[in-house]
Amino acid sequence: MAEPQIRQIKIDPVTRLEGHGKIEIFLDERGNVEHAYFQVPELRGFEKFCEGRLAEEMPQITSRICGVCPTAHHLASVKALDSLYQVEPPPAARMIREAVYNAFLAEDHILHFYFLGGPDFMVGPSAPPAERNILGVIKKVGLSVGQRVIATRRRLRELIALAGGKAIHPVLGLPGGVAKPLKRDEQAQFLEVARETLDFAVFTLKTFEKVVLENSDYVDLIRSTAFTHRTYYMGMVDRSDQVNFCDGSIRVVSPDGSEFARFQPNEYLDYIAEHVEPWTYVKFCFLKTVGWKGFAENADSGVYFVGPLERLNASERMATPLAQEAREKLFALLGGKPVHHTLATHWARIVELLYAAERLQELSSDPQIVDPRVRTIPTETPHEGFGVVEAPRGTLVHHYQTNEKGVVTKANLIVATQNNAARIALSVQKAAEAYVHAGQISDGILNMVEMALRAYDPCLGCATHAMPGDMPLLIRVRDPLGRTLAVVSRDVDGRVVRDPGLPSGMTTARS
Amino acid sequence: MTDKPKIAFYWCAACGGCEEAVLDLEEKLLDLVSAADIVFWPVALDFKRADVEAMADVSILATFLSGAIRTTEQEDMVRLLRSKSQFLFAFGSCSHLGGIPGLANLWTRDSVFRTVYAESPSTENPDGTLPQTRFADNGRELTLPRFFDTVRTLDQVVPVDYYLPGCPPTPKVLLAALDQLFGGRLPEKGAVLAPDRALCEECPRRDTRPEHLALDEFKRPPYALIDEGTCLLGQGILCLGPATRAGCEAQCVKGNMPCTGCFGPTSRVRDFGGKALSAISSVAAGTEEATILRAFENIPDPIGLFYRYSLPSSLLRRKRLNGREGGV
Repeated sequence: MAEPQIRQIKIDPVTRLEGHGKIEIFLDERGNVEHAYFQVPELRGFEKFCEGRLAEEMPQITSRICGVCPTAHHLASVKALDSLYQVEPPPAARMIREAVYNAFLAEDHILHFYFLGGPDFMVGPSAPPAERNILGVIKKVGLSVGQRVIATRRRLRELIALAGGKAIHPVLGLPGGVAKPLKRDEQAQFLEVARETLDFAVFTLKTFEKVVLENSDYVDLIRSTAFTHRTYYMGMVDRSDQVNFCDGSIRVVSPDGSEFARFQPNEYLDYIAEHVEPWTYVKFCFLKTVGWKGFAENADSGVYFVGPLERLNASERMATPLAQEAREKLFALLGGKPVHHTLATHWARIVELLYAAERLQELSSDPQIVDPRVRTIPTETPHEGFGVVEAPRGTLVHHYQTNEKGVVTKANLIVATQNNAARIALSVQKAAEAYVHAGQISDGILNMVEMALRAYDPCLGCATHAMPGDMPLLIRVRDPLGRTLAVVSRDVDGRVVRDPGLPSGMTTARS
Repeated sequence: MTDKPKIAFYWCAACGGCEEAVLDLEEKLLDLVSAADIVFWPVALDFKRADVEAMADVSILATFLSGAIRTTEQEDMVRLLRSKSQFLFAFGSCSHLGGIPGLANLWTRDSVFRTVYAESPSTENPDGTLPQTRFADNGRELTLPRFFDTVRTLDQVVPVDYYLPGCPPTPKVLLAALDQLFGGRLPEKGAVLAPDRALCEECPRRDTRPEHLALDEFKRPPYALIDEGTCLLGQGILCLGPATRAGCEAQCVKGNMPCTGCFGPTSRVRDFGGKALSAISSVAAGTEEATILRAFENIPDPIGLFYRYSLPSSLLRRKRLNGREGGV
């Protein structure tokens, strides 16, 4: 009997998905990539159990979708409540929300950059694997940087708790405002942390420029076709087409960079649809007007991309000076807008970090932020509400329908990572196609597949902000009989262990 | 391997907030790492199931497990970790009481799937495709874990030694538990490791709580201007402080919002929601049915308010939609 013709590469589990994830890559009889699957083996069903709950409880209930980015769900939900009750929050409430949100976004981007995605660049994709982690970053840029990362993260999270009670699952928002005004001494703390964060953001950009951009190998890697997909890009912009995380319209640009669509949160159903596959619990978003054409790129496929780079692609400029300067440099070096190179997302994340810090400083300096009027009491009968924010990982939509008492009858959620699910599968496939030939699996190939994923920070990285070590994957290469050909893993100190001879599932224990 | 005690963290049906709470130990996390070997923590480290399987039984000093139990894979993992661990801690509301994912017990698995994969307004699924536990796509076989119909707490699946309450537990609660663990000062098994008294007792607004409360109505927060200094219940806001275990230091109240009960009940209470409902009923004015009903008019979702974090652990446990549903 002939042996089965398919070889299988399994990445199982992708341990930093919020929940669990795995990747299956099947090879054809010549040992080339036949198909890649990105699987999410988990579902909690929030859309269902939000039914029957009170609308005003949604910001706290839906924040439990993700304990790493609860503030994003919280704010998307609060904005859906503004829309549901047709209330406009007073200026100070809007400012407090935006300040807290920018603090959250800055904290999240810093940690991704230093701990998860950054090491590939800061230390280098071809550096000894044992150094390709946060410890390697610290070695490269100095121990005090590691301490600064921890301190900056803590200080930013203290701001969230100051305004919203808790950093994890805050209780900040109500329809029409926030639960309490900001006091003057709290404003001073916001401003102080904003300044520290901005200093740190400037330092981070300089470090990135020195370590990555002055190394042509890295720049070539960013530009390489293995990490490039021509897709649509989506992000929220303000009235001047500047990136905005909290308010505005959603803009979509085509693979050629031209504006493809622009819509308001309440029109999302005309533009975004979700496709179901039988082999994963996650749904795949696509542009409805283009249609689901499978896992494909280019303008005739509805696959699109959200997140830091995509927000830059979908906008015209940044609203703050240092971020704008950094943005111009990014597009100048990478050949203009839109940039299709997935790995440039790491750079875009620093541009956004600058913006978040500058914006936090602007808001914290504004005397109006301490105005005690932070609530508008609803008077309209609720019926339907839509809220959109830009989560660190991309566009996030909350949509509720309620009865006249404000009891939710329908809830629908489009979550950032879900927008990217199809493109992630595409990226895994393309990276594997570029590096896997004739069944030859090298260590480098496996790290390239990891890098393709890591750039998305696909809530794969979401949950892992302060431990030594990089995004840990177990990549397992199997032969047709299920025997393990190679295993790559990371140990507790973040060292990459590549052992072609390990039995299935084994990793190296800490010595 | 060193001879330091071994610690494991694992998550099931959870949001990752408990894992973030561990990271929020910040600099103290480094103390933990120096006091113990973390031998399993998929969210942060790359040890795999096979590593755990290879360990001797009871060789892990303590496993901190967050999340409710919803899938076959999760059940397998908690059974494995139980057998390898001297102490198993239910870590956070979901593993302790069922948590917010436990609200799914108001429905069946099939109706959750129907809503998500068929009826949601953004879903385009003309063929009615549903995720399959086993699916062959052109000969390429893919598998997914199976969902149980019912979300369970950790102690409904395996014996649990200690509970750390909260959504999520605060770093302070976690540190206190670690101190007790490493100091050999753990209390009797089955204990919830947080103060055994009501949250009101540690609430900064405690002194403003009226002696006698007789509320004609409960105010919903969107419609009430909430005073920052005084007892929320006294203002007519539904605050579950009187029924909820202390330990969080009234974080939500400091955010000027009411307690929603994530730390669960004190040791004398079997059913948190029932206790919360009775505590709230006792502050409603009147004895006439009509008066009481009027007071409760603004509480149209008692399950979501009183059982938000505890439905799977409650006496209700599961809404039975018909005779055959309600089991695992």
